[in-house]
Parts: sequence; C-alpha cells; structure tokens
Amino acid sequence: MNTVDRKWVVLGGIVVLAALCIAPFLVKNFRVFQFNLVLVYAIAILGLNILTGFNGQFSLGHGAFYAIGAYSAAILMDRFGVPYWATLPVAAAVCFVFGLVIGFPALRLAGHYLALATFALALAIPQLLKYKLIEGWTGGVQGIVLSKPDAPIEFALFGQPLSPDRWLFFFSLAVTILMFVIAINLLHGRVGRALIAIRDHPIAAAAMGINLPYFKSLTFGVSAAFTGVAGALGAVVVAFVAPDSFTVFLSISFLVGLVVGGLASIPAAIFGAIFIQFVPNIADEISKAAPWAIYGIFLIVFMYLMPTGVMGLLKKTWARLRPAGAAGAAPGQR
Amino acid sequence: MDKRHFSFVVAAIAASLVAAPALAQKKYDAGATDKEIKIGNIMPYSGPASAYGTIGKAMNAYFDKINAEGGINGRKIKFITLDDGYSPPKTVEQARKLVEEEEVLFIATSLGTPPNSAIHKYMNQKKVPQLFVATGATKWGDPKNFPWTMGWQPNYQAEGKIYAAHILETKPGAKIAVLYQNDDYGKDYLHGFEAGLGDKAKTMIVSKLTYEVTDPTIDSQMVTMKASGADVFFNITTPKFAAQAIKKAAEIGWKPVHYLNNVSASVGSVLVPAGLDNSVGLISTQYLKDPTDPQWANDKGFLDWKEFMAKYYPGGDLKDGSNVYGYNVAQGLVQVLKQAGDNLTRENIMKQAASLNNLELPMMLPGVNAQTGPDDFFPIEREQLIRFDGKSWVRFGKVYGR
Repeated sequence: MNTVDRKWVVLGGIVVLAALCIAPFLVKNFRVFQFNLVLVYAIAILGLNILTGFNGQFSLGHGAFYAIGAYSAAILMDRFGVPYWATLPVAAAVCFVFGLVIGFPALRLAGHYLALATFALALAIPQLLKYKLIEGWTGGVQGIVLSKPDAPIEFALFGQPLSPDRWLFFFSLAVTILMFVIAINLLHGRVGRALIAIRDHPIAAAAMGINLPYFKSLTFGVSAAFTGVAGALGAVVVAFVAPDSFTVFLSISFLVGLVVGGLASIPAAIFGAIFIQFVPNIADEISKAAPWAIYGIFLIVFMYLMPTGVMGLLKKTWARLRPAGAAGAAPGQR
Repeated sequence: MDKRHFSFVVAAIAASLVAAPALAQKKYDAGATDKEIKIGNIMPYSGPASAYGTIGKAMNAYFDKINAEGGINGRKIKFITLDDGYSPPKTVEQARKLVEEEEVLFIATSLGTPPNSAIHKYMNQKKVPQLFVATGATKWGDPKNFPWTMGWQPNYQAEGKIYAAHILETKPGAKIAVLYQNDDYGKDYLHGFEAGLGDKAKTMIVSKLTYEVTDPTIDSQMVTMKASGADVFFNITTPKFAAQAIKKAAEIGWKPVHYLNNVSASVGSVLVPAGLDNSVGLISTQYLKDPTDPQWANDKGFLDWKEFMAKYYPGGDLKDGSNVYGYNVAQGLVQVLKQAGDNLTRENIMKQAASLNNLELPMMLPGVNAQTGPDDFFPIEREQLIRFDGKSWVRFGKVYGR
C-alpha cells in the first residue's frame, strides 16, 4: 500500500467511524440491536477467516467455540456476578485453550477430514451443554437469562437517549475495532506470511523453516479465541443463552458469511456478517412457505455474481478504476 | 328553577353521563386503532421444528376469515408472523422487531419453550402481553412474577395430575414405576404426577429412573423397572425414547398399565416404530378433536373446521393436528379481543385473557374448556384419557382436570 492509499484509508476510516457513532441515534433500538449482531458475527467470521481463509484449515465447527464463549460469559455473569466487559478476555482465554486442544489432533487431519471432525464438534456441543454434571451451571435446556447492562453515563443525541442497546453497540464497536486491529497486526506481518505460506504450500513452508505444527495449532487457538469473544459479546447483546441457540446451523452460517464476504480478507468479515444477519430476514419476508429456498437462491446468485466474495468484487472494481500504473500491486493478493 | 332551565340541566347531565363512558371506552395502546389491531407472532417456519410452522399459517388463515366477515368490533386484524427457526437469539430479534418496529398490540402463540424463555423477561419488562404461548411448560402460568405472560394448552403438571387421578381411581394399590427425561420437561410432569398422588406418592412409586437426551438407549432402565415389580408404568419420554420403551417392555415381557405422556402420543412417529401390536392398551390424554378420528365425521365443529381449511388454507394438511391447534388458539384470541371491546390497551388485553369464563371452542373435546382468573394463567386444564386399540386412540372415561 503506498502513501496516497494510506491517507485515503485513514480519511475514509474517520468518516465511517463518525457515521457509525451517529447512526444508532437515527434508528430505533431494535435496529441498533441488529447492527450489534452484525458486529458480533463480524468478529466470529473474522476468527474463522484467520483459520480457513489465511491458514487453509477448514472448520465446520466454529459455532461450538461461539457457544463456549457465550456460555463462559453467561456463567460468569449469572453465577459469579462478573461485570459483562470482564467476561470477554476470559471467554477469549477459555476458547483459546479449547481451540488448542481441538487443533492439536487436527494436525493429523487435513482438508475434508478436518472439516468433518470440527463438524462433529458442532453437533456435539448443544447436547453436551445439557449434560447433567454441568447442568447446575449451564441451566440445561432452559439456558440462562441475563440482564442487559445499563449505560454508565446518561447522554442523548437528536432527542434519543443512550439506551442499553445503543450503549452496547458502542461497546461492541470498540471490541470489534480492537479485534480487527489485532487481526491486521497479526496477519500483515511475519506470522501472516507464514500462515499463507502454510496454506499455499505446506512442504515449501516447512522447508523455509516454518514450524508447521506450532503455527497450525496456534492458529486454531487464536481463531477460536476470536470466535469466543464474539460468542461472549453475543450473549451480552442477546441477554440469553440456551443450547438451541448454537445448533450446527450457526457453524454453517459462519462459513456462509466467510465465503460470501471473501476468503483471506479482513474487512470481508463485515460483509459476511451483514449477509447472514439480514438475508434470512429478507427471505422470511418473501416467503413463509420456503424461506430457506429463497435464501438458497440468494446464495447461488451471490456466488455466481461474486465468485470471490464481496471483497473480491470490490478489489476487482478498485483495480479497474485505479490509474493503470498503480495497479501493479494487485495480482499478488488473492 | 323554571321548566326550561330544568330540562336544560337534565339534558346536560344526561349528555355528560352518556359522553363520559363513551370517551373512556375507546382506549388504545400501540398496535390498535379504530380500524386495525396488530398482533405479532413468532413461528419456526424454518429449522428443526418447522413442522409446527403450520400453526402460524392456520392462525393467519383464521384471521383472514374473521377479516372477510367484517373483523372484530369493526376492526380488522393484522397478523404479523415472523420466522425464528426455533433459534432463541433469532426469537429475541423478531420479538423486538414486532414490539419496537411493527408496534404490535401483543405477541400471541409464539412456539417452543426455549424461544419463549428467551423473550420472557423482555416482554414483561416492556409490558407487552406474551399471550397463549404454544408450549406445555408450567412456568408460563406465573402471574405474580410474570403478569404479561400466559400459556394456553394443558401444562405438563396438569397432565401428570390427570394420570395420578386415574390411577387412584382404578388401581389404588398400584406399584408405580416412572421413567422421565432428566430436564425441566420431565421434572414438570413428575412434579404434577406426585402432587396428584399426594401422600401416597412415596409408597406407590416403587421405582423412579431418569435418562439423558444424550443416552443411546433406555434398555437398562426398562429392565430395572420390570425387576422392581411395578404394575403401572408412567412413561415421561420424548418420541424416540417412548418408542424404545414400548418396544423394550414387550421384548422383556413386562405388561404394566402403561401411561404415555401426550408429548409422545403420535401414532406415526412413536407407535408405528414401536410396533402397533406392542402399543395396544397404552393410555394417554387429548383435549382437541383429532381430525383423523372418524367419530367426528358429522360433528358440526369438525365440519366447520374442514370448510374453513378448504376455503382459507387449502394447502394445509387435513390430517395434521397442528392445523386444529392453530384454528383453536386463534378462536381463543378472537374471544379475548371481543371481550376487550373498545378498550384495546395491553393491560386490558391481559385482564380479559385472565377472565375467560368456561370458554368452550368447537374443536375442543366435549367438556374441555378454557378458564382463567387473575391468579389462574392456565387456560386449558381439562383433558380426556385415550386408549390405543391397535389402530387409533379411543377416548374413554370422564373429562379430568379442574
């Protein structure tokens, strides 16, 4: 990225941030809640993208890490009275460990086999959450009902107060930005290059001195931690967790969001999140009889028009609009 | 005071007497106007429980019928039904959409215990009625702590009490074995059953075993219960385990009087896999007319329902009891709205829902009714026992329950 680009990026970032700060006061609380979920899903998809997009390891089980993150937060808040913001680092740590534990045997599995192993995890989690020995903590099938945190300050803009939803939106926004900054720093450096090298050619990567098992299992852990933070944030925003919240379909949704947004691109997570949040609602409005058929049509049309995801399309358009001389940098990226 | 003055004063007083209640009568909360009443609903049109989605469609069709016939007190019903895919976070989102964006007067008949649990607190904080929820858990009838939530169908505890009453009547010296799913649903049933037996529960129940939803089979529990010498078996299991239990009892030659909870009383998904021969003599409960039961073929209520289905919901399955359920609960809602009259506030909706007096609807079994009060948020509590004759369920005995 040259200096001209960077200036525009910073400027654009400020404009977007300002818009995001004002937007919640222009819409109803319910919409703010939906935007909030978009942020939550964006973090989860970002986590999956680190693993699948950058490192080439498939996971159909990220809903499980999301669930573990959500339950970590819910149990801490419900049983131990921990404030909501303090649950996020704990959820990250718990999921990091879980990710490592799952990721370590996953080293022996590649491609489709890994996808199936993680799929099994996603299938198992909702049932394990109902298990007798931990029922006292997880609340069994009934789940845990939480209270929404109030805003710490009173404040109003355009006559709209800073409601719990709006406050949580800003909190989620801050967490999202933090997670994206961490991801950018992680992936746009030595580690990121190592992950991509492992994805593209593991043997060559090993020959260049990259410790494959070390990087692969660590990636699994970091990816799980990101998704766990999203889960914890999701639990706070929705104020309820139950095993039925985290079925296999959640994992599939993350994968859909990942592919629709675009693999191996950090901002793609946001587009993916918007898709998985809003497209099912649109489908439901079109047809009550077959909402998933409509969803499927949307998905096929998206994939046909943007085979490399939203980010792929944006990059292509950008490359075309840019002056020809500056386009040289583009082919290196995927 | 001369005569003219006097009559003027009388007229003025009379006018104020007439006018004051008239002004007080028309009261609206969000979602109600002179022309329209907005009702929200959340159903699993997609996802694992999508088979129940037809309840929402049947309700929608019934409100179409009501609107075609002129509405309620001149107001049309706008029924906004949304899909949550049986996923609690989505239920929260849809409930908020209905309350905050669509501004419905109330939410009716949202389906499933987990989805309703997810919005239980929210609805009560917002003071928006969560009316006639489509789940049998007992927690929906708690007017002290959750005055804005009310159930509809017979709850699990009430059903458990009915079996207890029947056992006490027919087999007071019974030795009872109970198998229940180790969660809120199973404990709800057991609780009602034990309460129904009263002091005798301790001596009569000789074996009380549980299983986990995650267990592969319940074979060992069945063997243990047989060994306990029990001659009555109360089977509190979900369809898969119910089928296993019925089959295993036949295999090991255990022939107790077998009570099967209504949750698993489906011929197609439980009794057929368990073997119809093994299922003869099973006892369960019913409160709605089974549309496949030939005895209703000439029944007015059934014929009306069939005509309604043909005209307003032609795509609906005439064999599916869920379509009867939707029709029946929609009629209950219409009754509440009729009673509310022109006072369409959320408070009055709850007040009217809590003052249903012996409401008998055409698709309920004869003798079954909906009855509520300020402290009674369980509308339907009466049920009749049914026995399986090898082909279909046959009603017998009196109607039980309050």
